[in-house]
Amino acid sequence: MSNNQNHNESLKTVPTSTDEFIKGLWRENPVFVQVLGMCPVLAVSNTAENALAMGVATAFVLLMSNILVSMLRNFIPKEVRIASYILIIATFVTITDYVIQAISVDLHKSLGAFISLIVVNCLILSRAEAFASKNTVGKSIMDALGMGIGFIIALFSLGVVREILGNGAFFGFSLFPDGFQEWVIMILPAGGFFTLAAWLLVFNLIKQKRAQS
Amino acid sequence: MKEQETIAPNSFKMIRAMAGIGILCGLLIVFTYEGTKPRIENLRAEALKEAIFKVIPGSTQMQPYVYQDNTFKAGDKSDKDVVYAGYDDSGVFKGLAIVAAGQGYADVIRIIYGYNIDQQEVIGFYVLESKETPGLGDKIEKDPDFLNNFTDLDVSLNEDKDGLKNKVTTVKSGSKVNEYEIDGITGATISSRAIGDIIASSAEKWMPIIHKNRSIFKNIDNE
Repeated sequence: MSNNQNHNESLKTVPTSTDEFIKGLWRENPVFVQVLGMCPVLAVSNTAENALAMGVATAFVLLMSNILVSMLRNFIPKEVRIASYILIIATFVTITDYVIQAISVDLHKSLGAFISLIVVNCLILSRAEAFASKNTVGKSIMDALGMGIGFIIALFSLGVVREILGNGAFFGFSLFPDGFQEWVIMILPAGGFFTLAAWLLVFNLIKQKRAQS
Repeated sequence: MKEQETIAPNSFKMIRAMAGIGILCGLLIVFTYEGTKPRIENLRAEALKEAIFKVIPGSTQMQPYVYQDNTFKAGDKSDKDVVYAGYDDSGVFKGLAIVAAGQGYADVIRIIYGYNIDQQEVIGFYVLESKETPGLGDKIEKDPDFLNNFTDLDVSLNEDKDGLKNKVTTVKSGSKVNEYEIDGITGATISSRAIGDIIASSAEKWMPIIHKNRSIFKNIDNE
């Protein structure tokens, strides 16, 4: 089956590295189009800073695991591929955890609980399975960069909205006069769902308009 | 029989792949751990030192004291029963910093607070580690009104000197009347109550011991 798919794909124009990069940003955006990795998207997007840091950490793990999976793709038998991928991903998550601790105690303090969540981000596993295991290292890097940046953009757009409405602040700086009543619900998990729904609505409206014209 | 023959080389490959990746990943983790360990420990010690100076206003030097056999000894071999004495530039004793921990809303909260022996008051407070809900429970770290509670919180001893006169309690936001009460935070009720309980139980344990041995801290020990 997978051979068949590969064959079909090769009949179409072969995508260049740039295409692999661009697709993650818009056409196949991991959050707004594929709706993958919802757990961190909803949990860690309560402030712009958290969202950005989580996005960068996830993108780093995605990049490193894509590289390693792609390098080892002929060495891993398909029966144990998922276990191997998880092992690789968990390794880079652990490394990320140590590196963040070494960068700043404060940053680790605000992200600590969420770093280990990257292991179960299905975006990373799905890129390893669907892309890196079938493509060259170069293409896998481009794919990881595109998907990673797409993920950062998505998390960041959620984080900005939630922080402004829920905290009346942007990157910790207050935006409104004292009278502003914060929408506490935007910081709570429910706010994550509302914001995600709103962004999906915007995204799909733009897409529809584009398709019509 | 035939099947086994075809499976055999496959399972060898599987074991080889899993073991190979396992070793590779193990090595990667060990290298990162070893590489970042000195820096992480440095940063942690640095952060603790900063926190100590933050909770003991006016202090610029510190000396850990370990509680052993009913008395305090300078040095920090065990990290269990340690208090930190803070001194200013000229070595004048400014107060003690005590680390305490307790269950919060999400996970264990670790805090450090400053204690003035003469006034028998909590004089500073800082959260070392917390996983409280961002935006709600984590107000215990930043809310200025809440932090104001800990500039002169009464933890004086009772007449028998074996416990506190009044138990530290967290009250509803804005209803603080007594010196030993903590004004809670609206929207972080559980977390701010947890802080009150942590300080209460830690003070209950430490204050009598500290007062019995108060003369030990007066002079900085500059080995």
